[in-house]
Amino acid sequence: MKLGGRKISDKWLGVLAILLTLLFWQAMASLVVRNPFILPSPVDVVTAFLTLIGSGTLLKDIGVSLVHFGIGLGSALLVGIPIGIAMGWFRGVDAFLDPVIEIIRPIPPLAWIPFAIVWFGLTNASAGFVIFIGAVFPILINTYSGFRGIPRIFVEAGKVLGCTRDQALIRYIAFPSALPQIAAGIRIASGVGWMCLVAAELFGVSKFGLGQKLWFFYNLHQMDSVVVYMLLLGMIGLFFDWLFRYYIDRHFLRWRSGEVA
Amino acid sequence: MGDLVIRNLTRSFVRDDGELLTAIEKIDLTIRQEEFICVLGPSGCGKTTFLRMIAGLDQATSGEIILDGEQIQGPNPKVGVVFQEYSLFPWRNVIDNVAFGLEMQGIDREERYRSAHQYLDLVGLSQFSQSYPSELSGGMKQRVAVARALALDPVILLMDEPFGALDAQTRNLLQKELLEIWEKTKKTIIFVTHSVDEAVFLGDRLVVLTPRPGRICDIIPIDLPRPRERTSIEFAQVRRQILDLIAQPKCSLQ
Repeated sequence: MKLGGRKISDKWLGVLAILLTLLFWQAMASLVVRNPFILPSPVDVVTAFLTLIGSGTLLKDIGVSLVHFGIGLGSALLVGIPIGIAMGWFRGVDAFLDPVIEIIRPIPPLAWIPFAIVWFGLTNASAGFVIFIGAVFPILINTYSGFRGIPRIFVEAGKVLGCTRDQALIRYIAFPSALPQIAAGIRIASGVGWMCLVAAELFGVSKFGLGQKLWFFYNLHQMDSVVVYMLLLGMIGLFFDWLFRYYIDRHFLRWRSGEVA
Repeated sequence: MGDLVIRNLTRSFVRDDGELLTAIEKIDLTIRQEEFICVLGPSGCGKTTFLRMIAGLDQATSGEIILDGEQIQGPNPKVGVVFQEYSLFPWRNVIDNVAFGLEMQGIDREERYRSAHQYLDLVGLSQFSQSYPSELSGGMKQRVAVARALALDPVILLMDEPFGALDAQTRNLLQKELLEIWEKTKKTIIFVTHSVDEAVFLGDRLVVLTPRPGRICDIIPIDLPRPRERTSIEFAQVRRQILDLIAQPKCSLQ
């Protein structure tokens, strides 16, 4: 009863904070700063949003950004999971690849932009590549450590039940056992990849895209529209996070009773 | 047929500091089919190592283990194992855990579920077939583990202190159930325990191991009629005899 009551009031506290922030922002913009270039007010932003809906490129921007993001995250999954599995399961592969990966991993994804352009030109693949670099390591590392953390008892139980070959052990024992951690890695990767998006679209790979439009409106000095795109980026990122979290909870809660996410 | 012959079995490990550690030394033992053997010994005497070698999970340093005339080289469907810790796959529900071994043999879904249900029935957990291991109590988990090991219809069932983590009441109940299952399925059972009470209640013969390195100190037939009464005078006498034996220098010292 008390807990339920607290939950409700917590929720309203959050709503109150958002309202107060908006009010404070509006007051600062219209009473103190009084310059929509330096600080557009919430009303300016809403007006800009309505205009942008009218002009009709919002959906296209979202679509193009999702293509970039999809290329990046998709290829990160295709590369990160198999390498993570190979390194986690075979000691030789780990010893072989670990030094190379440890050298490449700390390079910030944005430092790859020159080579993204040189290798892929001004294409969607180029933006996807930068996102790929940001997303691949969290997936790889989590897959690897998920495989390393498999309790020995599961592998031995599998062996005595006739699951003896590496391929079968990986498929039936190791992968399902490591899946919660792999899923957590994908969730982190989607966050990092999304953050790389703005920079990936900055160098003009396409005429549309959330990051591309952010720079476009900055160059037009339409800061209210810039804020619209900032908020869109934040909300879509949040949506992805919710989606992954929902998926992880739904799939693993039953057997791991809330340890994940 | 179906006998397990262990000859001159030794297992030693090289420790990190280079010292040689012998876990099991020169064990000779023949176990007849359908026999219930309890292996009794203190913690760290190599009981688990002994069992792992029969399961094919560990290789002997010297000596051999022969089942049905064939030397055991690795995991073998003729040998089922129930582990000490909870070893059910948490990502599979109960029926898919029990059916796992059959799935690995390539038996189709319908057939393996039918078979798995029979074994789940045997341990009295049919109504939990769709539950996940995290939703079961400790006793239920080990019942499922027994059903999973039996589903491949092994000749021998190895059990490594399977009831060690359970409360006394559940433990006694599971011991009784295990004996019923043993009578129904006619498996050879090798049951490792450090509880004298448990060993006397279950075993046809008791193999008493010495602490480090594990050697056979004595093999004691338990002639008490079944079903055994834990509270009977005869039971208490046998138990005292074993306890006295364990306390003797020949069994407690190297």
